[in-house]
Amino acid sequence: MGGEVPGVGGVSDFLLELRTEEIPARMQAGARRDLEKAFREQMAATGVSHGAVTVWSTPRRLALIARGLPEATEAQREEIKGPKVGAPPQALEGFLRKVGQPQEKLEDRGGTYFAIIERPGRATREVLAWAIAAIVRTFPWPKAMRWGAASISTESPRWVRPLSGIVAILGEELVECTAAGVSSGYATLGHRFHAPGPITIGGANDYQEKLRACHVIVDHAEREALIRDKAHAAAAQAGLSLVEDEGLVIENAGLTEWPVPLLGRFDAAFLEVPSEVIQLTARTNQKYFVCNDGEGKLANAFVCTANIEAADGGEGVVDGNRKVLAARLSDARFFWEQDRKKTLEDHAKRLENIVFHEKLGTVADKVDRVANLARWLVEEGIIKPSPLQGRGLGEGQPSAASADNPLSPTLSPEGEREKLAALAEQAARLCKADLVTEMVGEFPELQGLMGGYYARAEGLPDEVADAIRDHYKPVGQGDEVPTAPVTVAVSLADKLDTLFALMLAGEAPTGSRDPFALRRQAIGALTLMVDGSLRVSLGDICAHLAAAVSRVVMITKYPKLRHEVEIYFDALDSHRPIQLDEREAPFRLQESGSGKEHFLNPVAGTLTEAYKFHHQNLETTSQIAAFLADRLKVQQREAGVRHDLIDAVFALGGEDDLVRLLARVHALQAFVGTRDGANLLAGYKRAANILKKENYAGGAENLLSYTPEPAERALIEALDAAEPRARDSVAAEDFAAAMSALASLRSPIDAFFDAVTVNDSDPAKRAARLALLDRFRTAVHQVADFSKIEG
Amino acid sequence: MISAPKTSFQDMILTLHAFWAAQGCLILQPYDMRMGAGTFHTATTLRALGPEPWNAAFVQPCRRPTDGRYGENPNRLQHYYQYQVILKPSPPNLQELYLASLAAIGIDPLLHDIRFVEDDWESPTLGAWGLGWEVWCDGMEVTQFTYFQQMGGFDCKPVAGELTYGLERLAMYIQGVDSVYDLDFNGHGTTYGDVFLENEKQMSKWNFEVADTESLFDLFRKAVAECENCLSAGLPIPAYEQAIEASHVFNLLQARGVISVQERASYMGRVRDLARGSCEAHMAREAPKWAEKFPGWVA
Repeated sequence: MGGEVPGVGGVSDFLLELRTEEIPARMQAGARRDLEKAFREQMAATGVSHGAVTVWSTPRRLALIARGLPEATEAQREEIKGPKVGAPPQALEGFLRKVGQPQEKLEDRGGTYFAIIERPGRATREVLAWAIAAIVRTFPWPKAMRWGAASISTESPRWVRPLSGIVAILGEELVECTAAGVSSGYATLGHRFHAPGPITIGGANDYQEKLRACHVIVDHAEREALIRDKAHAAAAQAGLSLVEDEGLVIENAGLTEWPVPLLGRFDAAFLEVPSEVIQLTARTNQKYFVCNDGEGKLANAFVCTANIEAADGGEGVVDGNRKVLAARLSDARFFWEQDRKKTLEDHAKRLENIVFHEKLGTVADKVDRVANLARWLVEEGIIKPSPLQGRGLGEGQPSAASADNPLSPTLSPEGEREKLAALAEQAARLCKADLVTEMVGEFPELQGLMGGYYARAEGLPDEVADAIRDHYKPVGQGDEVPTAPVTVAVSLADKLDTLFALMLAGEAPTGSRDPFALRRQAIGALTLMVDGSLRVSLGDICAHLAAAVSRVVMITKYPKLRHEVEIYFDALDSHRPIQLDEREAPFRLQESGSGKEHFLNPVAGTLTEAYKFHHQNLETTSQIAAFLADRLKVQQREAGVRHDLIDAVFALGGEDDLVRLLARVHALQAFVGTRDGANLLAGYKRAANILKKENYAGGAENLLSYTPEPAERALIEALDAAEPRARDSVAAEDFAAAMSALASLRSPIDAFFDAVTVNDSDPAKRAARLALLDRFRTAVHQVADFSKIEG
Repeated sequence: MISAPKTSFQDMILTLHAFWAAQGCLILQPYDMRMGAGTFHTATTLRALGPEPWNAAFVQPCRRPTDGRYGENPNRLQHYYQYQVILKPSPPNLQELYLASLAAIGIDPLLHDIRFVEDDWESPTLGAWGLGWEVWCDGMEVTQFTYFQQMGGFDCKPVAGELTYGLERLAMYIQGVDSVYDLDFNGHGTTYGDVFLENEKQMSKWNFEVADTESLFDLFRKAVAECENCLSAGLPIPAYEQAIEASHVFNLLQARGVISVQERASYMGRVRDLARGSCEAHMAREAPKWAEKFPGWVA
């Protein structure tokens, strides 16, 4: 009967264990979150109250303990007011439909119908049985599978790996349920090898300890702490220090139910292989920790984490793992030796076989563009020979032939520049060569680093080796920013080339889609330019890259007309103006030096296309410059610069030197923070408002036909003095001085507004005063568009 | 009283045969074609399709031309053996059966650390994938353990469990030798090196340096054409053999370094089309029989 409410009695704890064939370590943290979330949702939806929820995982089980569940959900009684007795039949019918009851069940209370809805309490065990089935059915595993005889049907259950057991106990009572073809029980299994038989669980309170007695530490955090501590201890006992790696701690805890860290040694002869390679092999392939010796150098030791308390104390386990690592390290040493049999230059030849992008030719083509651009950046004086000021990566060991060596002749500035250009080009030509080495084929994350090792091993200059090693930097915020000139040249050239080439090939990022990570390339390039104070015109870069990319795209498209296409673009490179008119054929091009004329009639169509394509790309590059400026805004905003100040400087337009642009932003930020700045801004706004209200559209020359009032004269004189100072300071890129020149206008403009009526009844005075305000506004705009500044 | 298992290479194979025969498996012999993995054997690929139960075990010699090291690397071979077990549908105690087989060949899980480490298996050339693990013994991968989910682009209904033991690795482990060539092959003084070292030297040279690439390209084209010929004649098994042939010839061309990165994907795509076409034809040909024995079963 509905009215009976089961006893509200005591509360009980609930235990759920979903035993599974080994769950991938990387999925366990997510599975714990998903299990807790699903459980809470199920309980909320069914009205079961509960206390604290704990979730644990091992490779073979997901467990959840919820405290304080009632034995039954509370019965609910609801009274719903209906129509008046005697109301039209439609109203009554509607009400009956709504409450789902026949008319005779309604109560008549003083002439109004009431429906009484009784929801009896349900046994919590019954609710849980349904909830467990629902949780298993809808669990959001990143990848799930079917298994067993049931999988003959497509409808068969899915789970991360076969689900092999369910323990579900409320208090001491079994929650009888079936999910994914598995029925619940009191029994689970202990450690796969130490305690293979079934063990009976009494409930939430003895679960953890019963498992521990069977060699299972069910709490993942406890296993993590144990691995952390014992791995450290094992290293310390051998007189070494563990190289910490929290990712490995978590992964090993996800691979073991009874973790036992063990230290082993490998043949010290392997230490000739670069330490990064050893560490990476040990970590990714074997999930071992590595150790450092007293001097902080990699030691010939590893720490593996076994899942058993081996009968021989782990001797056999360590020996087996040592052999596996030795085989891995032999492979690595084999790669290290093989790769060094060829020079990087020889390796680089194979880049011709790797497509960079279907429209952009091969990686060899890209390398060629990067080398030209790196050289150009030096030749244009954008990157200078002296080490760049800044934080981060400096030059490595000075090379033997450096200028410090008193025996080497001191180079002229031109000589220094040419030397740097040659080094930059050399490093750029080799920077991608390691992509085709065996080692990087095996460990892609070592790109750059291996190239640096190989370059040094073959005796290339340190500047070149450093540049090859570091040219991917900076990767993301907070990464080291190269400062060595050769490295900066290669790194910047590589990033700009990737950005421009892919955007010209139509791969511009849209929304959240940025498959080539071009935003990151842009940020990397900007960081190099800004941190290194590299003075470069974006317009020049655009022109250089539009030509370089157009050339390779045309050649990729018309390999047979390579010669003709190259004549066209070579002519561009030698700065000879090319006038191509598609109506005019044959095209005549003069070869520089010899004066020999080329008649290009047979390929006129191609050349016309090259010309059009190139010019179309030139246009697109202006969009890329805008994209870069946009990234700069985002970067500066994230660095805490007020967005309106950035806008105020960007709105001036025509600035394509990002370093100068940023200097202006920073000076402006300092200025508006001062009292002078704030007052000037107020004066500016007032002037701008008046001009706007009067629809001022410029006017006659500002020849005064009357005697100005003192405040008017004072403003004119102040402007006469401030304008050239501001202009000269801007030209000298001393933006702080430009700001202080403007600051001198602050009291004259205030006095002007106090004493002078702009809207004079004399049209000549009115016109002259509006013109004066316009002059004031223009003067301010020399520094920034103050109309964009808020406040 | 359990006697210590015999540990020679051939004894290990015999022990595994006896173990899986006792579980009701057919003990088959190797497929008589060159192939890169035991999964290519029709007893795996084609039998993984359809509703019929299938339990089999066999040794399959595998050829991976690019893994050749002229007999100079103690761990790498261009020719080696896999032990394959396929159980369809996958039994609920497959992991326990597998661990019992390890115990049978002499691996004590309380002395050696056995672990199931995530490894999702995928064969683009077979249009197949599955979930499972690589099984580690003291950090060494000794077995690939997979629940097949799809084969030839078709859902496996039911799912088969596949075990692929790396026999040389396991034997090196059990015998405690550091070089594959030092393995005791027969328990009477013949080593693995006596049997295979010269083979590795000559085959590595042929794979990498000598094989006539024109003939190989020609073989590839002919295998493709013959596969299509078989498919149009409604003969999936001979068609599938040509897919195996094309796949191996492609591997040889790779070892000769004559397939560019750009071409690679297109060659793999052609092999995949052959394998998928063969699986599709096999499904079509078997469909009436399956419908009769398993009413209501749908692909």
